[in-house]
Amino acid sequence: MSTMTDSGTRKQTFSLWRGERGTGAFKDYEATVTDGMVVLDVVHQIQAEQANDLACRWNCKAGKCGSCSAEINGKPKLMCMTRLDQLPANEPVTVEPMRAFPHVKDLVTDVSWNFEVKKKILKFVPRAPDAPDGTWRIQQADSDRVQEYRKCIECFLCQDVCHVLRDHHMHDEFIGPRFLLYAAALEMHPLDTGDRVPALKKDFGIGLCNITKCCTEVCPEHIQITDNAIIPLKERVADEYFDPLGQLVQIFSRRKEK
Amino acid sequence: MAASSDSTFETVEHDVLVIGAGGAGLRAAIEAAGTGVRVGLITKSLLGKAHTVMAEGGMAAAMGNVDDRDSWRVHFADTMRGGQYLNNWRMAELHAKEAPDRVKELEAWGALFDRTPDGRILQRNFGGHRYPRLAHTGDRTGLEMIRTLQDHGVHQGIDVHMEVTVLTLLKDGDRIAGAFAYDRDRGHFKLFKAPAVVMATGGIGRAYKITSNSWEYTGDGQSLAYHAGAALQDMEFVQFHPTGMIWPPSVRGILVTEGVRGEGGILKNSEGKRFMFDNIPENYKSSTADNPEEGWKYTQGDKNSRRPPELLTRDHVARMINIEVKAGRGSPHGGAFLDIAWIKERLPNAEAHIKRKLPSMYHQFMQLANMDITKQPMEIGPTTHYVMGGVRVDGDTQMTTVPGLFACGEVAAGLHGANRLGGNSLSDLIVFGKRAGEFAAKFAKENPKVTIDPKQAAAAEAAAIAPFARAANADGPYQVQEALQDSMQANVGIVRLQDEMETALATIQGLKKKAANVAVLGNREYNPGWHTALDLPNLLTVSEAITRCAIERKESRGGHFRDDYPEKDPAFGSFNLLITKGTDGEMQLTRQPIPEMPAHLKEVVEENK
Repeated sequence: MSTMTDSGTRKQTFSLWRGERGTGAFKDYEATVTDGMVVLDVVHQIQAEQANDLACRWNCKAGKCGSCSAEINGKPKLMCMTRLDQLPANEPVTVEPMRAFPHVKDLVTDVSWNFEVKKKILKFVPRAPDAPDGTWRIQQADSDRVQEYRKCIECFLCQDVCHVLRDHHMHDEFIGPRFLLYAAALEMHPLDTGDRVPALKKDFGIGLCNITKCCTEVCPEHIQITDNAIIPLKERVADEYFDPLGQLVQIFSRRKEK
Repeated sequence: MAASSDSTFETVEHDVLVIGAGGAGLRAAIEAAGTGVRVGLITKSLLGKAHTVMAEGGMAAAMGNVDDRDSWRVHFADTMRGGQYLNNWRMAELHAKEAPDRVKELEAWGALFDRTPDGRILQRNFGGHRYPRLAHTGDRTGLEMIRTLQDHGVHQGIDVHMEVTVLTLLKDGDRIAGAFAYDRDRGHFKLFKAPAVVMATGGIGRAYKITSNSWEYTGDGQSLAYHAGAALQDMEFVQFHPTGMIWPPSVRGILVTEGVRGEGGILKNSEGKRFMFDNIPENYKSSTADNPEEGWKYTQGDKNSRRPPELLTRDHVARMINIEVKAGRGSPHGGAFLDIAWIKERLPNAEAHIKRKLPSMYHQFMQLANMDITKQPMEIGPTTHYVMGGVRVDGDTQMTTVPGLFACGEVAAGLHGANRLGGNSLSDLIVFGKRAGEFAAKFAKENPKVTIDPKQAAAAEAAAIAPFARAANADGPYQVQEALQDSMQANVGIVRLQDEMETALATIQGLKKKAANVAVLGNREYNPGWHTALDLPNLLTVSEAITRCAIERKESRGGHFRDDYPEKDPAFGSFNLLITKGTDGEMQLTRQPIPEMPAHLKEVVEENK
């Protein structure tokens, strides 16, 4: 079976961020751990046995819902998908909330800004159906091409690590990698006819991304956010606004020929 | 400190209040909002995190895109057979007829499904479905569905209340008047006034120790509706999904999609024997392959082959695994082996094929168990997954026995009878979510005036903050929850016995007293200990209902298997079990005869036998 063995238990220290609304400090907890456990298991154990009021978000515990985002040993990760055997065994493990969002309590942050941003993006606008029964015909290859964008579980780790948001706090000017990816998913949907390019340039701040790929590195779904979503969108923006020949052509033809 | 009573709380008014934001709740909210009424949507979590997101295999809809012999008639007959004829036949009929339109509607809202060679929506095989019927997006169909509904819904003018938990439903005489709730963030109370309320809170999995369900599935909807006067139906029917992860211990219970078996995965015991051929139930013999070759062909789309026994109904497969484990032929950690890697004997690009068809399963095992499912068999075992029983509703309108209170999705009973077919849940959400939203909006328009009784809210508030005032040496909420889960797992699980269930009932009565006396530390701000304490009454209510119904049903049928009554008894096939709250506050159990199926549906059952 797996390479994992039924090894015994050991003690390890976990430094968890405790506090409310911006105040707080790391607090050490000693936990009994075994191989195969994930960080979320330890947080639950501490919650049940030592700190009933320890706040954390979680749901599926299988890397599918994107609720348990945190910074583990300083790196943005899902607590449910971070196995202890991937972390140094002989040092304390630090777990703290995502730092790019307002703090609520302990490991929980206020991520509501993300939900507001999404509302601003033009929704899906399908072309007229292909068949009289109101259905469409799509080739598998065309579906496959955009599935990568649609795997996103909205954990917001990419938003957390993006320096435009985290360090420069440009939440009003920039929608962040998650929503550039979302815009790409819509723009490249085989049925969509909406045009989000002007908004990407003017309202969503795509020019602020300088392609450091930090978002791609932390994506638990391994989505190539920068290469496959942001750069193609930047190219569309460039084609539309900075390409004189293209602009001429556009005057005579529709931009999207879907 | 913050544990003291609020003298005032926010009051929010909606025409339709939907509680729960998984597939059913979102679909209900979208439908209601489309009629022009004001809609509020409450979710215990953030939007888009509900259990629907975990659904992997797909949604069943007889579109006939892969096999044109499929039709609503066959889907109806399959659903009734799977449910052992305890289903609400009207719901099974509506579901089979309306699911295709609901799936196509999702596509129109942006969902992107896998395709047939001619570009239509592809459909895959699943347990208990005669023809390939599940519309799917790889093995992350639930994510595709919830994101589509969520993204469509946010443009519909729905007011979303995230991280809010309902404590009690409010009544105005016999009818519903709203709900009283708290926000998890600050611990502030909120009163929702609404002439129509839709329950879409999902299941009860957290009543058990091993479950595929998240912390949210504490039976809130069933319990709130029951205490508000609604009837619960067929609560003994709990589905144990045959394939949950079992190793390492921390992942125990996490789901392994039935899609693995749909793609050709086989079950083996520790001796390497494919044991599912050992026992094929009589009513499935004619539609099940009797040799591995035929079963393989079926999974690869051969229309003349019958399905392999791994794709029999979930109740049967779970029990077969249980038998192997008890006979000492289990896997090292007490389960069986699920092997998809073997298909490399049959397919040239098996590894790439598995990764493409089952990407999130590949990812899940690599990351959590450090193993490659394209090379090794998975170790799996049954996990508490779904409750077929729930709040009794009218088949057409989804209204409960309380005027103005509606229920849809897993929290409602009826569609699935004694056992749910895989894939019938996602379609259930959209078919009956739509209906609940439509009829709740209609009810709200026709009966708009409700009066709130402040005493009901005050009583709920007092009960909610009481745990803060208790001595620190009282029981902790997590310990009570764990004791309940241990008891339900051991005594009202996959194989049941009279005396064990009586032990469970006694345990529940004892835990009720403890739950009424738990102490909570800290303050009201985002305090999971407090939240867990407030979930306990719901968990205890649904556990008691499950246990009482399971004791009453002295036979084995569908998801309910009794070692002391291992056979199906036709006498138990003519009624549903109802639980209502008696005037003394205790549970009343009654046998509700199932109305006779009309001739046109009987005909459909006959022609598909």
